[in-house]
Amino acid sequence: MAAVTSPNQRLKISLKYLLLILVALVFVFPIVFMVVSSFKPDLQLLRDTSSFAAFLPVGDISLDNYFAAFRRAPVGLFVFNSIFVTTLTVLGSLFLCSMAAFAFVFLEFRGKEIVLSIIIATLIVPFETIAVPMLMVVNSLPWIGGSGITWGWLNTYHVQIVPFLADALTIFLFVQFFRDLPKELIEAARLDGASWFQIYSMVIVPIAGPVFATAAILKFLAMYNQYLWPLMVTQSEQFRPVMVGLQYFFQLNTAWGEVMAYLSMITLPVLAFYLFLQRAFITSIASTGIKG
Amino acid sequence: MKSLSILAATLAFSTALGGAAFAQTNLTMWYHGAGSTVERDLINGIITDFNGSQTDWKVSLQEFPQAAYNDSVVAAAVAGNLPDIIDVDGPVMPNWAWAGYMQPLQLSEGALDGFLPGAIGKYNDQVYSVGLWDAAVAMYARKSTLEKFDIRVPTLEEPWTREEFDGILETLKASGEFDYPLNLGMADQGEWYPYAFAPFLWSFGGDLVDRTSYETAEGALNGDAAVEFGEWWQSLFTNNYVPGTSQDMASHETGFIDGDYALQWNGNWVAVKTLEALGDDVLFLPAPDFGNGPKIGGASWQFGVSSTSAHPDGASAFIEFALQPKYLAAFSDGIGLIPATAEAAALTKNYAPGGALESFYALSEKQAMLRPVTPGYVFEALEFRKALSDIANGADVVDALDAATDAINADIARNNNYAAAQ
Repeated sequence: MAAVTSPNQRLKISLKYLLLILVALVFVFPIVFMVVSSFKPDLQLLRDTSSFAAFLPVGDISLDNYFAAFRRAPVGLFVFNSIFVTTLTVLGSLFLCSMAAFAFVFLEFRGKEIVLSIIIATLIVPFETIAVPMLMVVNSLPWIGGSGITWGWLNTYHVQIVPFLADALTIFLFVQFFRDLPKELIEAARLDGASWFQIYSMVIVPIAGPVFATAAILKFLAMYNQYLWPLMVTQSEQFRPVMVGLQYFFQLNTAWGEVMAYLSMITLPVLAFYLFLQRAFITSIASTGIKG
Repeated sequence: MKSLSILAATLAFSTALGGAAFAQTNLTMWYHGAGSTVERDLINGIITDFNGSQTDWKVSLQEFPQAAYNDSVVAAAVAGNLPDIIDVDGPVMPNWAWAGYMQPLQLSEGALDGFLPGAIGKYNDQVYSVGLWDAAVAMYARKSTLEKFDIRVPTLEEPWTREEFDGILETLKASGEFDYPLNLGMADQGEWYPYAFAPFLWSFGGDLVDRTSYETAEGALNGDAAVEFGEWWQSLFTNNYVPGTSQDMASHETGFIDGDYALQWNGNWVAVKTLEALGDDVLFLPAPDFGNGPKIGGASWQFGVSSTSAHPDGASAFIEFALQPKYLAAFSDGIGLIPATAEAAALTKNYAPGGALESFYALSEKQAMLRPVTPGYVFEALEFRKALSDIANGADVVDALDAATDAINADIARNNNYAAAQ
């Protein structure tokens, strides 16, 4: 790093960092507000919103909102459901979408450009427009489970997982990444007699860490924040995820402290997951030029 | 031998009893109160009592969060997966009945005698739903504030007139003691707008739709009375009597208690909280009379039977069982809403004669008016809400009301006048 020599440079750097800190605070303040508010009683929480005290753990601080949140709703069950559904969907999606992208990029078959175009075109179709037809479809599909063949997928985990195992955005991300890989890698592996699956699993996957991380994070966020679909397909509390659970806290008199406590708790898995994959995510974003 | 006979008879009897118990037919019920532990306990208590009181039916409960409930019911209707018993927000009921989600109740003669009108959900002359409670809106005020500014305490018989009310707002504004004279709850932008503000329109002589036919909003929402209402509504904002549509929720929730507002137009569900904060200084006053009598909105959540229920008799039996005064009173004590009958009110802490919230029962009984009883209400409410927001934000009153009228008329025409779908 070049040494800072003149006062002018030092001033420039200081101003730059000051600006960066201010921008960072804009993003951090809502999270600070959420966590701090989760420890305050409702009346104080609402009154503090008109001053900087909203961001400070001052006044009547306690864990009461957390205890109350657990009494109001099965928070643990909702978090488990969300993590379970999200994890399986993310894993399945990474596997299926990366293989689909591999096929689109490296295999030759008739009409692949048209098929890929159609898949990518589905990006412009809002989920809300297909939710009702999808509901009718899944409600009449069979499933083979512990109790044999059953009809209709409502009130299950798989109804929240299977429809989202493949999606256009994830396939598109993998396609973009795979297209930039040197073709020589594939050719060399083919000359060595590797099968396509061996090339996929032993050559491509090991060097595609950044795009796997990016796809995982984007898919994780999309799945963890799912609301409309689980609302439509989970009539039983047993299968409801965190975002549907959030509605438990909005009654005629909203318990804002409990809302903040609940939000703080359900945000933890997202933050943890993001921090875990942060470095790979940034590398991938930098290399693909995709803006978040 | 005799012992054997007794044993055999006992076995036969117990088998018969057991058979009867096993023969209970399952009924499923959906309720909008997930997240409210009080409501969960109350509704489970009624279910337990009902299941134990007879041998034909066994009700099981599935709760939904209120904000997600309507969407869940509509999704279930699409999937053909509705339960036997549902609950429904009063003004939405005609839409669900028209859409074929509900069927009329099978109640005994006289089962609804003495019920507040707002608690009975009638559509096409048939009762589709009934509520254990109703809700009411009142003008919250501090006795000390009214005394300080020499403001008359209005009564049901002699509510504030329009001129009087406008003068009061002007006086309170001029005092400089409050951020705003009145909190209308503009931050709450859901069903609150039509529920709380349509009564002002009614009192001016307008409506969301022409109730004689329910086939047009022409004249009702854009006639002279409605325009007069719209101009008055806009004046509240131009005179800075009330905060605008960007009012923040914190100010709405604590502003009256903190003294930022002199008056507050709010529902009885915040009455207990306000009483706890202000004690007997708080007053719950009737709606002002803008020329056609003082009005408030009626009808809250009610129980009904889904159209797909194979056992409407059992579902209705449960609903009728739940209408006992002790349950009405228990719900009122638990969640603070108005019990649906005077008999039940007498059993409650707050609504019994002399109770702190007794005035709300009278408000509900004397001033409550149902929102338009039509399947089109759901759409009309959205348009009314938009028009009110636009007018509050400075839109031309006539243009805004004409636009809402046109949109409502188009919706009615698009749905073939909401002709019965039986």
